[in-house]
Amino acid sequence: MSRAEAPGTAVSDAAVSDVPVRGAVPQGAPRLNPLWSFGLFRSELGITFRRWRTLALLGVLLAVPVLVGIAVKIETRDGSSASGGGDGPAFLAQITNNGLFLVFTALAATLPFFLPMAVGVVAGDSLAGEANAGTLRYLLVAPAGRTRLLLTKYATVLTFCLAATLVVAVSALAVGALLFPLGELTTISGTRIGFGEGLVRALLIALVVAASLVGVAALGLFVSTLTNSGIAAMATTVGLLITVQILDQIPQLHAIQPYLFSHYWLSFADLVRDPVYWDDLLRNLGLQALYGAVFGSAAWARFAAKDITA
Amino acid sequence: MEEPSAAEERPAVPREAGPAVPTAATGPGAAPAHDAGDGEGEETGAVIATRALTKRYRGGQLAVDGLDLTVPAGSVFGFLGPNGSGKTTTIRMLMGLIEPTSGTAHVLGRPMPRAGRAVLPHVGALIEGPALYGFLSGRDNLLRYDAADPTADPRTRRARVGAALDRVGLTAAAGKKARAYSLGMKQRLGLAAALLQPRRLLVLDEPTNGLDPQGMREIRTLVRELASEGTTVFLSSHLLDEIEQVCTHVAVMAGGRLLTQGPVAALAAGARGRLVVTTPDVADAARILKEQGVDDVLPAEDRGTVTAAPPKGELAELNAALVTAGVRVRGFAVERASLEEAFVALTGEGFDVAG
Repeated sequence: MSRAEAPGTAVSDAAVSDVPVRGAVPQGAPRLNPLWSFGLFRSELGITFRRWRTLALLGVLLAVPVLVGIAVKIETRDGSSASGGGDGPAFLAQITNNGLFLVFTALAATLPFFLPMAVGVVAGDSLAGEANAGTLRYLLVAPAGRTRLLLTKYATVLTFCLAATLVVAVSALAVGALLFPLGELTTISGTRIGFGEGLVRALLIALVVAASLVGVAALGLFVSTLTNSGIAAMATTVGLLITVQILDQIPQLHAIQPYLFSHYWLSFADLVRDPVYWDDLLRNLGLQALYGAVFGSAAWARFAAKDITA
Repeated sequence: MEEPSAAEERPAVPREAGPAVPTAATGPGAAPAHDAGDGEGEETGAVIATRALTKRYRGGQLAVDGLDLTVPAGSVFGFLGPNGSGKTTTIRMLMGLIEPTSGTAHVLGRPMPRAGRAVLPHVGALIEGPALYGFLSGRDNLLRYDAADPTADPRTRRARVGAALDRVGLTAAAGKKARAYSLGMKQRLGLAAALLQPRRLLVLDEPTNGLDPQGMREIRTLVRELASEGTTVFLSSHLLDEIEQVCTHVAVMAGGRLLTQGPVAALAAGARGRLVVTTPDVADAARILKEQGVDDVLPAEDRGTVTAAPPKGELAELNAALVTAGVRVRGFAVERASLEEAFVALTGEGFDVAG
């Protein structure tokens, strides 16, 4: 992106080499093009999405809607209701009427664990993995700049949150369209909305689900600044995720539950109401922003002052 | 955005009251560094200057203790010391990876770690061996490191990466995944990363580690080449003859303290050389030398030499005395002490013993 847009004349090498060698003071600042800063973000995206591990995580997420779709199709071959046996994820019963509901079902099925686990792996490894491989010290003497590197890492993890959610949503939409009829859909409130409107709601839901992962991402990034072992950071983040999910299930702890980052996750279903019920949705987004701010700051405070000995 | 702020220019105040050595370099009156000519590097000609630099790790271990290091511009500076003597901690402090406990470090005339974003683009570094992304090719590794530098022009990135690969002889293996590289190839790739831009200072920590003799020669040639282009090279190594071959200056550390620093020749001269007489008549030669009042005479029958402390008198007279006595003198010389002898004299212990 920055390559084509970088304005000005080519001065890169001259800016460095015309400085006299003995007068060893750098003349003010090196010549900077602000757009060049984004080169690191591009590189970071490339590194993240070319990794076999990332692709495997996305592959699992891609497979979930396929499995759910096929299972529902097989279960309902004889015309019985999909949720006949028990209570599966939200919207399971409606899939046979409208394939679009597979998007909602797949997101409801992956949000509690698969999605945040994938985010925890990527976020936990982001800095600790570089420290583990020793590449962190070379990035810092490049010099990437600690704040810039941290921001780049966080931006990359957030991009992964969005990509992972979209993988689930798009896969679910494709499977839903292949296996089930599409068309008008009935909201939770009982009203009917057009398919186009339904698609918009589905996209909104995907965005809200992606935003629901902001807290886990910040938490994982913070944990990643604490250790030089990528595996330890990943395990800790996923462990915290499971702990929080368990705490959220214990009735005696209802006093603290509104502060757990996963508490309002399933509120995205309120987007399928007519009119949309915003209260819990906004609480969720506010909580995610809070987690992002708190753990983002903690990560910065830790990383900016850390002795890099790996 | 990189314009240095006023605060950035203030030399760091030692947090512990270290022995403040008020030199022109670190005095509070030092002019703002963007007045390029008045910076401390200009005054002292030093590319690296540390004052009372100290690092105590959280465990209480004193890794570097009051280091006053001065690396002159244009030098090839050898940094020696037994394992665990604080060399790597010093290098990490110079590169802004570790915050000093007290004291100051100036690199290219600017304080580290605060001025890191202005200084480090001019510095190429190989620290404690190469570190690579195993799943990327050699070329992609370099593209990655270059992208991390906000002063690196993306339009020239591929060309510069290609030139760096060429310079270390890796062009043929550039497309191979780095995890398939041998240690020597990784070392070369690490060097290439340090050479992505024209640098004014190269910090090379054990650059020939893992290289075969041919590779070592190439690296030495490369270091000389870079030095002749005006780059200051700061080289830590365990290989004393390597330091002796390429370095103009040397510093020796042990136990976190600086034992000595200065031109290589001066250090080697500080250690006493040896008089070496080559002759088939070893016993006679040894006897004559003792008669002439020479100290510390050591006959070595098997090698056909007699070594002794260098005499204070005229060497030619000593030689004449030998010849007159019928000793067949085939060689007669005072050999300069090697750096290794000087080093052992300083550290007083085996080279690989932690200090």
